[in-house]
Amino acid sequence: MPKDTGIGAPVPRTEDMRFTTGKGRYTDDFTCMGLHYAYFVRSPHAHAKVTGIDKSAAEAVPGVVAIYDGHELTGDGVGNLICGWGITSKDGTPMNMGAWSALATNTVRYVGDAVAVVIAESLEAAKDAAEMVDVSYEELPVVVTVADATAPDAPQIHPEAAGNQIYDWEIGDEAATDAALAGAAKVVELEITNNRLVPNPMEPRACMAQYDAGQDHLTLHTTSQNPHVARLVLSAFYQIAPEHKLRVIAPDVGGGFGSKIYIYPEEIVCLWAARKAGVPVKWTADRTEAFITDAHGRDHVSTAKMGFDANNKIVGFKVDTQANLGAYMSLFSSSVPTYLYATLLSGQYNIENIHCNVKTYYTNTVPVDAYRGAGRPEACYLIERMMEKSAKELGVSPAELRRTNFIQEFPHQTPVIMAYDIGDFNATLDAAEAAADVAGFAARKAASEAAGKKRGIGYSCYIEACGIAPSKAVGSLGAGVGLWESAEVRVNPVGSVEVLTGSHSHGQGHETTFAQLVSERLDLPLDNIKIVHGDTDAVQFGMGTYGSRSGAVGMSAIHKALDKVENKVKKIAAHVLEAAESDIVIEGGAVKVEGTDKQMLWHEVGLAAYTAHNLPDDMEPGLKEGAFYDPTNFTFPAGTYICEVEVDPDTGVTTVENFTAADDFGQVINPLIVGGQVHGGIAQGVGQAMLEHAVYDDDGQLQSATYMDYTMPRADDLPSFQVSTHETFCPGNPLGIKGCGEAGAIGSPPALVNAVIDAIGTDNIQMPVTPQAVWKAMNG
Amino acid sequence: MYDFEYVKPGSVAEAVTALQAEDAMPISGGQTLLPTMKARLAQPTKLIDLSGMTDITGISIAMDSVTIKAATRHVDVERSAELRGVFPALADLAGGIGDPAVRNRGTIGGSVANNDPAACYPSACMGTGATIHTNRKQVVADEFFQGMFDTALEEGEIVTGVTFPIPSRANYQKFLQPASRFAMVGVFVAQYASGVRVGVTGASESGVFRWSEAEAALSANYSPDAVPPAPSADGMIGDIHGSPEYRAHLVHVMTKRAVAGS
Repeated sequence: MPKDTGIGAPVPRTEDMRFTTGKGRYTDDFTCMGLHYAYFVRSPHAHAKVTGIDKSAAEAVPGVVAIYDGHELTGDGVGNLICGWGITSKDGTPMNMGAWSALATNTVRYVGDAVAVVIAESLEAAKDAAEMVDVSYEELPVVVTVADATAPDAPQIHPEAAGNQIYDWEIGDEAATDAALAGAAKVVELEITNNRLVPNPMEPRACMAQYDAGQDHLTLHTTSQNPHVARLVLSAFYQIAPEHKLRVIAPDVGGGFGSKIYIYPEEIVCLWAARKAGVPVKWTADRTEAFITDAHGRDHVSTAKMGFDANNKIVGFKVDTQANLGAYMSLFSSSVPTYLYATLLSGQYNIENIHCNVKTYYTNTVPVDAYRGAGRPEACYLIERMMEKSAKELGVSPAELRRTNFIQEFPHQTPVIMAYDIGDFNATLDAAEAAADVAGFAARKAASEAAGKKRGIGYSCYIEACGIAPSKAVGSLGAGVGLWESAEVRVNPVGSVEVLTGSHSHGQGHETTFAQLVSERLDLPLDNIKIVHGDTDAVQFGMGTYGSRSGAVGMSAIHKALDKVENKVKKIAAHVLEAAESDIVIEGGAVKVEGTDKQMLWHEVGLAAYTAHNLPDDMEPGLKEGAFYDPTNFTFPAGTYICEVEVDPDTGVTTVENFTAADDFGQVINPLIVGGQVHGGIAQGVGQAMLEHAVYDDDGQLQSATYMDYTMPRADDLPSFQVSTHETFCPGNPLGIKGCGEAGAIGSPPALVNAVIDAIGTDNIQMPVTPQAVWKAMNG
Repeated sequence: MYDFEYVKPGSVAEAVTALQAEDAMPISGGQTLLPTMKARLAQPTKLIDLSGMTDITGISIAMDSVTIKAATRHVDVERSAELRGVFPALADLAGGIGDPAVRNRGTIGGSVANNDPAACYPSACMGTGATIHTNRKQVVADEFFQGMFDTALEEGEIVTGVTFPIPSRANYQKFLQPASRFAMVGVFVAQYASGVRVGVTGASESGVFRWSEAEAALSANYSPDAVPPAPSADGMIGDIHGSPEYRAHLVHVMTKRAVAGS
């Protein structure tokens, strides 16, 4: 077996050569004859009525072919943007969804809301003309925060949402939780915010729309994590074109982190405009447009109470969360602070009673949706801050309190829907404590003290849910789509293998890991295998990549298809070699009769299938099999992160001295790629915890709208991480995979913040723990 | 970026003539102007590229002063062994500006003429009592820097160089604004026979300034412990990265560290 390229092998990514030598092909790299450029006229106001649009001067700019506004868009029947997950409030009413037109018609609701689009022969001409489109605004009062949204007499953002409230949702048994807290020996209270973030993929969003009038067919190149979902939504809801007349291609995509799941106004407008103006149209966001139009992440304010009995066992956990969803409901925004958040509030702990109430609000800010972790980081941050605070108040070590409450038996049904299938939380805590040299912390702290610095250590024992998700289950919870995945395995006549997958790779390394699965199963070298994705004309259908689902769901579909291929290969070989099917083995690039020297080389099997000269009588020619895989459950990656920091009390500067991650991701396909995912996730988590913050002023202007003011994590902000994996194999899918794409970003913020709190001796601080925030906390 | 004309004069005289065109702007390293133009926040009709002028590049060292001509890049100041031998604090300051790309394009003349309130060089000018040379005059730093982005330069006037008196000891301490990594507070301390000077950048709404209380205290007793308590927060910059109080506190801390590091 070529184990050096099979499951578990640390194969360097096959895609890295093209990505690191400038040979990748991203959306903006594509061009075509007669290409024109779109540039959007955007609202400079956070909330205003649009009282007039005068295009006359702009239309006179040389090179301008068209300027369209929202009235023309809606007049042509282009539908409003949708939210794909319906949430029902606790009183039984559906969520209050305001209308969102891809080009605003009468009202703009955030700075950056598109009002018109200019189509021109050059980008510079489009920009020149956009500046000359004279839009008249009548400014309206602005709502920026949840506190603004809920204030008496708050301005109304959407007529559909009274009091700006989208829904008032709950999960768990409130009466039982209240009773448990009332009877608790100790109740610990916590109030925290989860800071708003800007996703910042390296490649900004872009699209190129081409209309073929002869075929009445549209082609869209776009930066998407899920091109089939894009085609579905564009066809079914926005009336752009029926699916068979719309091809969506998501070529190389330079990072998404969730922000490229959604179908944004720009893609809709470019497709519509390409047909209307009769020219191909490209739009590429500049970095500031990315800041003010890519869906933001997080932005919760929560209060929580956790009750303990006399033995420090948790008896109840009650949470109230308010989430800011921005000016419009983005595609999956409603699910993030509900089913992707509150269902994880049991953490790694045995908690009989949990209740969570979530209220979401419109504000005059960029829409908020899933961002790496999507709800689970918010849950993890709340629980793990609470555990550390509770340990201090109860006078026990944070590790001991966690061990006292760990779930030890599986499967485990939590009171908030999730049924954990397997895990070993003590194992990852033990491994992390050993790797972090917790025993040596006291000496290191003393050395820091001697140097005038404060040292702290913080834990985070996270659990999250990946592999989203059983279609029937999510359908019952309001999802508008099924969340299976599809795959097709084609063995070509000369034996090379093409795998068509609905999972999309935008930095995850699927072209390597998916090929490793094929290499493992068919015992073929990686360069005989091609992974095809990201084109609706090539791949039949797929639900795309998010929620760390590509391994657990996407590879399971490939696995199922490979089962069928293997079955047919064995039938062919048994027939040709005149042996029993049960004696056939696939090995070393050949198909053999076990225990004999009879064999067919792999390409001979392919040839036999396609020549069909000598196949069993009832067998169809060819060697191509497809499969759909619908998950049986979520998967539950879990682990322990330990962060050690040193704080300079004179300035408040925090230095991350050590960061240790011990993760249980189930079966690891490629430890190099898994390590890279954890590294990147921790970097983003450290970014959230101490650097990144999307800050609006009272007028709804994004103050951190460039890299001059939005602090991205840089290499010198980070130590060399210590990462390790400790598997319990997921019983819910055939490969035992749990998923690793988001754990780093989910688990790391509370570890860092807990460490800072440990160092400075006060928890009167919120993320991001910037130098100023730490200094203020230390100085009252 | 809007369209513009581009000219690259070979001498100061030619540059001054070219600058007479309406809405003409000089460009040196372009590390401020180019991003501003890309963002369509500046619209010069004509860019006068000063980098072709051979007569305003280079570092010369005299008995008690160094003169750095205006088009000298930060990287050349950082790497000048002669300068480092007599005035290491200035070479260190240049080596800490921006990142390698910025240091390989940005110039001292551009930095001084722009007088960004968070730039590094103005604090060294104020902290040493430097003289700024232009094509028309010589101005001491205290009179040249007149508030945020404001200087004694007049229309058609360009910086040609800066002369720094060599201190007996000096040090620059910069507290980084986390995102931009400009100086949120930068303090340049220099000791001379005549006394101690303290130039502070990044902190004040009035731009670079001398902290006179610290100068007096350090002239009497040059030690970190002699640095006075934080100056008043009145007039300090407040933004999402630091309040006026935090900046005032950092002025105190960075001054102590500059004295200790000198």
